[in-house]
Amino acid sequence: MLILDCPYCGATCDETELTAGGEAHLTRHGPGSEDVDFETYLFMRENPKGPHFERWRHAAGCGKWFHAARHTVTMQVFGTYPAQTVEPPQEILDRISEAHPGWSWRSYGDRT
Amino acid sequence: MSEPMTALQGDSFAGYVTVSEDEPRGMIQLRGDLDSSSLRDALQAAIGCGVPDPLAIATGDRGAVAWMSPDELLLLTSPDAAAGTLSQLSEALGDAHHLALDVSDMRAAIRLEGAGVREVLAKVTPIDMATMTPGTFRRTRLSQIPAAVWLSDERTAHVLCFRSVGRYAFDVLAISSRKGGEVGAFQGFRAPH
Repeated sequence: MLILDCPYCGATCDETELTAGGEAHLTRHGPGSEDVDFETYLFMRENPKGPHFERWRHAAGCGKWFHAARHTVTMQVFGTYPAQTVEPPQEILDRISEAHPGWSWRSYGDRT
Repeated sequence: MSEPMTALQGDSFAGYVTVSEDEPRGMIQLRGDLDSSSLRDALQAAIGCGVPDPLAIATGDRGAVAWMSPDELLLLTSPDAAAGTLSQLSEALGDAHHLALDVSDMRAAIRLEGAGVREVLAKVTPIDMATMTPGTFRRTRLSQIPAAVWLSDERTAHVLCFRSVGRYAFDVLAISSRKGGEVGAFQGFRAPH
C-alpha cells in the first residue's frame, strides 16, 4: 500500500484516493519541434527498479496535482512536493542519496 | 419559497448507527485567493467567521465554512439564506478575482448518528478515523465515489457527495452500519485534542 502526503492540503492519502499521472519532470516538445524530440517527449519513459519521480493527483480530495519521489521496489517514499517545480528539491535528492548511495534517474543521482 | 427537493427525500436507515438525510442546507462554492484580505472580510461579513485552516471547517453565527482545496471554500448556510449570502458576498468581493456560486442543489448530505460513527466510516473510507476530530473536514473516497466527511461531535458525522451518487452513498453507509456488523474497532477511543 502506497501512502503519500498531499503537499497542498497536508492530508495523509492512501493510494486509492489518488490518481497516478505518470513520470514527472518531462519537457514538452509540441508542434514545430524536431521529430526526435517529439518522439522522446511522447514515448520515452524511465522504468526504473529503484528511486522514481512521479506525478500524482489528489483526485478524491483537494484535486491538486503534485510530485512524489518513491522507490518502485520497496515503496519507500522520499517525499512529495508541489507541481510548480521543474526539478526535484535538493532535500529529497539528499534523502535518496542517503538511503540508496549510487542511485541515478535521468540526469539526477550520485555521480562517482 | 418553494419546498426544497432533496436528493434522498428524507430517507433514513436504523442500523447500529442511524443513517439519515441531513437537513436541507444552502451551499455556496467560493473560489479565489484565500489569503486575500478582501475575501477574508467578505467571509466575515457573510458568515461570521474567518477562512478555515486546511482540512478544517469553521463555524460562524450564520453558518459554516469548509476548506475544500487551496483555492476553494464551501459555505454552508440555512436553505433560505443562501441567495442573500451569495449576493452579499458578490457585492463585497466586487472586482476581486473570484467565483461565488449557489450550489445548494449540487450535493446530497447524509448524517450519521451513534456511538459507532467512526467505525462505520472507517469501513468505507481510507482515512485514519483516529485522526478525525470535530472540526476536521476531510474530502476523501467513500467506497467508489469522492465525498467529504466531518464530525460535528463524537456521535455525529456528516457526509457530503454529489447528488447524482447520493443514493449510492446512502446505501453504502446503510450496509456499513447494518446491525450485526459491529467490529468494536473504536471502543473506548478518545479523540486527541
